[in-house]
Amino acid sequence: MSTTEANLIFERSRAGRSAVAQAPRDHAATRIPANLQRKSAPGLPAASELDVVRHYTRLSQKNFSIDTEFYPLGSCTMKYNPRACNSLAMLPGFLNRHPLAPASHSQGFLQTMFELQEMLKEVTGMKAVSLAPMAGAQGEYTGVAMIRAYHDSRGDTERREIIVPDAAHGTNPATAIMCGYEVREIPTDDTGDVDIEALKAAVGPHTAGIMLTNPSTVGVFERRIKQIAGIVHEAGGLLYYDGANLNAILGKVRPGDMGFDVIHMNLHKTFSTPHGGGGPGSGAVGVAERLLPFMPIPHVIEAEQGGYRFAEETDRPQSIGRLSAFAGNAGVLLRAYIYMRMLGREGMVRVSEFSTLNANYLARELAAAGFDLAYPKRRATHEFIVTMKKQAKERGLTAGDVAKRLLDHGYHAPTTYFPLLVPECLLVEPTETESKETLDGFVEAMACILAESENDMDTIKGAPHTLPNRRFNEVAAAKALDVVFQPAEDGDASAPRTGTHG
Amino acid sequence: MPFIPHTEEDIRAMLDSIGAESVEDLFDEIPADLRAPPLTGIPEGESEMGITRLMQERAAKDGMPSNFIGAGAYEHHIPAAVWQIATRGEFYSAYTPYQAEASQGTLQLIYEYQTMISRLTGMEVSNASLYDGASALAEAVLMAVRVNRRSKAKRVLLPGALHPDYRKVVKTLIGNQGIELVELPFDETTGQTPVEALAPYADDDVTAMVISQPNFFGILEDVDALTGWAEERGIPVIAVVNPVSLALLKPPGEWGANGVDIVVGEGQPLGAPLSSGGPYYGFMTTLKKHIRQMPGRIVGRAEDADGKPGFVLTLQAREQHIRRSKATSNICTNQGLVVTASTIHMSLLGDEGLTRVAEACYANTHALVEKLAAKGIKPRFTGEYFHEVALDFGGDAATRVQTMADAGVLAGLELSRDYPQLDGCVLACATETKTESDLEQYVTTWEQAA
Repeated sequence: MSTTEANLIFERSRAGRSAVAQAPRDHAATRIPANLQRKSAPGLPAASELDVVRHYTRLSQKNFSIDTEFYPLGSCTMKYNPRACNSLAMLPGFLNRHPLAPASHSQGFLQTMFELQEMLKEVTGMKAVSLAPMAGAQGEYTGVAMIRAYHDSRGDTERREIIVPDAAHGTNPATAIMCGYEVREIPTDDTGDVDIEALKAAVGPHTAGIMLTNPSTVGVFERRIKQIAGIVHEAGGLLYYDGANLNAILGKVRPGDMGFDVIHMNLHKTFSTPHGGGGPGSGAVGVAERLLPFMPIPHVIEAEQGGYRFAEETDRPQSIGRLSAFAGNAGVLLRAYIYMRMLGREGMVRVSEFSTLNANYLARELAAAGFDLAYPKRRATHEFIVTMKKQAKERGLTAGDVAKRLLDHGYHAPTTYFPLLVPECLLVEPTETESKETLDGFVEAMACILAESENDMDTIKGAPHTLPNRRFNEVAAAKALDVVFQPAEDGDASAPRTGTHG
Repeated sequence: MPFIPHTEEDIRAMLDSIGAESVEDLFDEIPADLRAPPLTGIPEGESEMGITRLMQERAAKDGMPSNFIGAGAYEHHIPAAVWQIATRGEFYSAYTPYQAEASQGTLQLIYEYQTMISRLTGMEVSNASLYDGASALAEAVLMAVRVNRRSKAKRVLLPGALHPDYRKVVKTLIGNQGIELVELPFDETTGQTPVEALAPYADDDVTAMVISQPNFFGILEDVDALTGWAEERGIPVIAVVNPVSLALLKPPGEWGANGVDIVVGEGQPLGAPLSSGGPYYGFMTTLKKHIRQMPGRIVGRAEDADGKPGFVLTLQAREQHIRRSKATSNICTNQGLVVTASTIHMSLLGDEGLTRVAEACYANTHALVEKLAAKGIKPRFTGEYFHEVALDFGGDAATRVQTMADAGVLAGLELSRDYPQLDGCVLACATETKTESDLEQYVTTWEQAA
């Protein structure tokens, strides 16, 4: 490893060096009382502008990304993020607007947000949409908190359970707990649909609601959704829609028409805002009529005197409240708006059509190449599951091995070991923005790994071989925890707390 | 077709392979009565040129007023390199670094971020970020309740001089957990939270206490005395801090005799544009002994099969995708890209640059106060302040603020919305971006708005 590549930015630091052009001129010392002052410098890097630019540019080159590799990560919708969405969201007028600027200086922004709410209403079939939640998990919290506020407002306080299918995302049960509910898990049947008998047995006067993803996390459309909605509503519960898989049904079927009372959308999936190496996302929430009074604030509404304004506490006394200091991830919302306007009504439908076409084609081709589909009798939606159960048993070729060896072929791995109910699973989501040639190349790489496993398991088990690192010892990392850099010369644990680095 | 590469020939070949007549056939498992109507409420698609024109008009509509509003979001200069590098496709369009070998760039960057923010706050460990400062405080309150197992009361003390919207967010996000939030009054003369405000709780079971430095009014709290009071009683302290101020102010890791337990705050001042309120990021740092109770992703150093060093997501057993209903939080996606920008921002500024920024903010706000004092406008409180100040405009502040806005100066935030007793007061902030003539313009428009 060459020293320029692997060093931390701190190891490039040299006392007395700095990127001076970025700092304002010197000012007189402050009159901050001595007992409140910092005694020693924090120990941020001391580097030139070129040092910093080169260091982080090189780091970026160690990442896989949509812009550089096919990224068929199931459940994450890694589609192309159009560049115009970024450059237009970063126009100075948008970047410089203070979140608390008066309405008189916010009409361009507010109108855009209002129109985004309207478009999301149309495409989901919900009565109103809030843009406040900052990520999918916060959208889930918002939705379940509204369900709770609804029951509480009716004095219906004995409902303490949220039903969650075993195939659900981990955020679903974690959210239910954060809202003070107990989680009741129900099984999925052999075809990938919810086990209706188990659902019937689970509902009752204690049911607050159910959290469902449709298409589900196993990549099939829940065909009896109307029946499920009937059973839950009959019992007095509400239906929550996890919008992780909205890409599959955009313009084809709407959660509002399926009977859902509240939904969240992942704008960073369906509406192509960037994943950014783990965020920021946006978890916009849509509600049916009966949950309107409980929507979070702020929320853009048409102002009485024309134009637009934010609805605040006084407009919505029953609101579940505020989710962020300001108005959510506005920059992400702008990107989603620009993307939706470029697609338009006709492009919106193409999203689901071509993501579904790509997934069904890829599933078929992988099956032909010798891979087992988890639900071979079902239509794939925008994603599907390959199970390596047979190969794992026969020759020890696991889903994890395939994932790591794919990296050597220049493909990001599909999602592995989720959903938990399918053994040795690879959840594959190609998205609509990938071409047939890319999909064919991926099938070729998969077939190549399968052939390799017949005579050279060592190479597969040792993969990846072509990346900056090979497989990590994660257990050792969790034991000998090192999450903050300590220079060798004064590496005692107390050093950062007294601020003596640098 | 926008963003879809398929040719007619591709579509035909793919359908043949699937054994379907048309794309429509692929949706045959969706019951017919559920099919969506045409999306007539959505406009037809725009070209990139058309949407560019539209967005330019929208962005221009909001003008470019001279902004003196802070109140939790601060205008700072961001070096050009910061977002140019952060929006490189390799950072911008990557996913959460679950496949460590294919994500060393993001992982090493987060490790460097964790180191920088730990040093800045004077703490031992950090996570990879939370959504924003307010929601980070809510997570810190939940974490403190988990940490303080001795306490049975689930009672948390919050200063009244804490950002009011932070208090509201905490209430929303922990509202269903049976936690009691107690508000501590502030001194109406100094604007500080006095230690005497804690006296009524001296013998109570208190689970955690929050201290904001500076507080919402920009006033510097006597953090040693407040922390000391909690230390004597074994109460964990949560610090809410402005990261730019920490270039000058004593880090929370050194407050009182032994420092606080958890530090959170808004990361926006370190490289995120105002951008109508987001995306920003919340930071959280703590002590090693509490790390297993910390929510969110954490990056750790690791060795690969060849003994070569690198980085991985670690302690994932705390998180929702493993522990499901028993997780420390439901958080999954965080604010990765903003943290990327922020790490580059901190690297470019360094200790010297950040100190200069903090000193310039302090100097400009104090200079503004001096200029206004000459016109008879005084700060509402007597306490020392950092880069934000409550100005007593007297009389009809609302009209004057709107008139100043119409003249191109956003004078600050009226405090009466959340503090009826501070009617007529405006919270203003002059960061390093303000020049002498900007300050003069503030004073002139104030006079003209009379």
